[in-house]
Amino acid sequence: MQQLISFTTDYTRYILKGGTKFYAWMGVLSAFILAMLYVFYLQNTDGLIVTGMTSQISDGLYLANLVFLVGVAAGAVTIVFPAYVYHHEGMHKVAVLGEMLAISAVIMVMVFVFAHMGRPDRLWHMIPPWGIYSFSSMLGWDVMVLNGYLILNFICGFYYLWCKYTGNPINRKWFIPLVYVAIAWALSIHTVTAFLMANNPARPMWFHSMMPIRFIATAFAAGPALIILIFLVIRKNTRFWVDDSAIKLLTTIVQFCLGIAIFLTLSEVVVELYARTEHANGLYYLMFGLHGLTGLVPWFWSSVVLMICAFVMFFMPSFRNDFNKLQIPCVMAFAGIWIEKGMGLIVPGYIPSPIGEVTEYHPSFVEWLMVLGIWAFGFFILTILLKGAIGIMLGDIKYGSQAVAAK
Amino acid sequence: MLSVSALMGSAALMTMSDDAKASTEWAEHFQKNYRLMTDEEKAEARTRLERRYSSEYGKKVSVDTTGPQPGVLMGYALNVRKCIGCRRCVHACVEENNQSRGTRPGEKIEWIQVLRMERGEFSKDKMNHGYPEGLGIQVGGNAYTPAGQVLEGQYHYNPEAVPEKDATYMPIACMQCEKPPCVKVCPVRTTYREADGPVVIDYNWCIGCKMCMNACPYWARRFNLTTPVLPKQEMNPVTHYLGNRPRMRGVVEKCHWCLQRTRHDRYPACVEVCPVGARKFGNLLDPESEVSLILARKNVFRLKAELNTFPKFFYFYD
Repeated sequence: MQQLISFTTDYTRYILKGGTKFYAWMGVLSAFILAMLYVFYLQNTDGLIVTGMTSQISDGLYLANLVFLVGVAAGAVTIVFPAYVYHHEGMHKVAVLGEMLAISAVIMVMVFVFAHMGRPDRLWHMIPPWGIYSFSSMLGWDVMVLNGYLILNFICGFYYLWCKYTGNPINRKWFIPLVYVAIAWALSIHTVTAFLMANNPARPMWFHSMMPIRFIATAFAAGPALIILIFLVIRKNTRFWVDDSAIKLLTTIVQFCLGIAIFLTLSEVVVELYARTEHANGLYYLMFGLHGLTGLVPWFWSSVVLMICAFVMFFMPSFRNDFNKLQIPCVMAFAGIWIEKGMGLIVPGYIPSPIGEVTEYHPSFVEWLMVLGIWAFGFFILTILLKGAIGIMLGDIKYGSQAVAAK
Repeated sequence: MLSVSALMGSAALMTMSDDAKASTEWAEHFQKNYRLMTDEEKAEARTRLERRYSSEYGKKVSVDTTGPQPGVLMGYALNVRKCIGCRRCVHACVEENNQSRGTRPGEKIEWIQVLRMERGEFSKDKMNHGYPEGLGIQVGGNAYTPAGQVLEGQYHYNPEAVPEKDATYMPIACMQCEKPPCVKVCPVRTTYREADGPVVIDYNWCIGCKMCMNACPYWARRFNLTTPVLPKQEMNPVTHYLGNRPRMRGVVEKCHWCLQRTRHDRYPACVEVCPVGARKFGNLLDPESEVSLILARKNVFRLKAELNTFPKFFYFYD
């Protein structure tokens, strides 16, 4: 108990201390979070009419970001898996950072669930014993596996940090099995999210069994791409050193998964456009536009260019091995997949509508503010979690010693 | 989660001025799923709603809670040959069922769409007017015109007179499927099939997640993007709990075959208003009902039958 109190106080004291850079960063994020709270208030007084959603396009940026971030959360497994299954030295050192990213990403997903709902005040309706849990609903399963993943990562991550902090040895008897469960669970969250979309015969754009593997391929490209970027930031701004070997392995994973993702996209294009039935209208609208409406065409092609260029750049040693230039293909891959899964997958599911109506989706300013705000909220949490974790890993905070401020 | 929603509930309360309204909404906020309510709880919910609606709309509003009658399975049949595309059913439905009728985009809700389908244009001089596509494969010719195809936005057509020469009409609305995909995806089981057939929604239990809108192959469901615009004098005070009672912001709604009428042996508003008698409604379990006779004697089909949703809304032609 004594240890727990001192852990909490040391942890809190450590994350509150920081330089000007740290406070400026957190300040900017807070401004966006405040904006998000305001538009959330708007959405729950005026209604979702303040967004660009309509009865035809009943979901947009929110669902898109939700799906993408589930992928980022699942992508954390690309660190945990090599670390615990293949005992990769460099990865093992940073595995806990991956878990911290997973926690932040899942929290962002949950805030997006709130954002996209018409009645977030009634969310308790799906939680027993007050509400009803439906086993036939994919959204029900999604909420369950996401919460499970959050809890698993919280336990694994903070138990590890706790042991580092107190100096106690890790109880491998239950810790290692739990880590393995978390690894399998990571796949489940993204698979269920894919089923959420794919299990709708009403939407031909989504209705194919390739969705889960495509989701996982894109997740294991976008997730580690973000992790590489974060690692490079950590190397530059803290005394914590992320091994080159970890970054190199992640680069390889990003590249292979990106290649698979591109291949799956091309397969879909060939299969759909060869016969060009009405079921291909969604994809056709995305690629070329329908009835003169071309709102998504620039999104699609920019995503294709970003993904292919990033894939090629990862082949080039000048990018792959130079940690000053590695950021470029990582950002491109991340952005390309964000578009592909969002504007490129969720929105054309609604266009045309099941009765063939073609309308366009124009995200409103409110929607963009909400999206930015939720991302800012996620990075706010991520910064705190990473700072605390790094402090413990560095030994800056340790049971029985005074807390030392980080740089 | 409960505490979060409770907080939001109290936040919503503080913005309200009318005390009576606030306390009713407060109680409404914590009521159970309609299907799980006891008879007493249903009666309580009913009086609560009647009180709130009556004060809101300035007239005596009744909220019916009549349940399904034994031996009834509602069915609907529409004669596609007779429909002239006048869209009277669309407007009668809006008036009967208290849909939102605002002017901003998203404020106007209609449950019935009359799709206008091209007859196609076939003439001798166009016999060979195709074009080679891709690797020289011939596409088109005379039969390449989009006959029988629904083109987008073609349910808001506004011709001077109906029927138009170059069009046929295909009215659609909720198909009241026997195996409804929308019911399967609902995470809170707020939408369900009633024992007498219609798929209904407990508007007070709906969380507005819109999964049912993704699942419906007939685009039958509408989302209340904002508080519905329903002028006091136009509000229909004869309502049913699972039917046409005024909805709130952020919930999904759809056709329920006018439960407030059909549970009392009346026709749905669209059937009553149809000037050509294209719409037929009745009890599928009664072999002598009009709908049963149509199913037995006419050429009948279901829309998107390949999806195995088994609509109880049938199309037929003479």
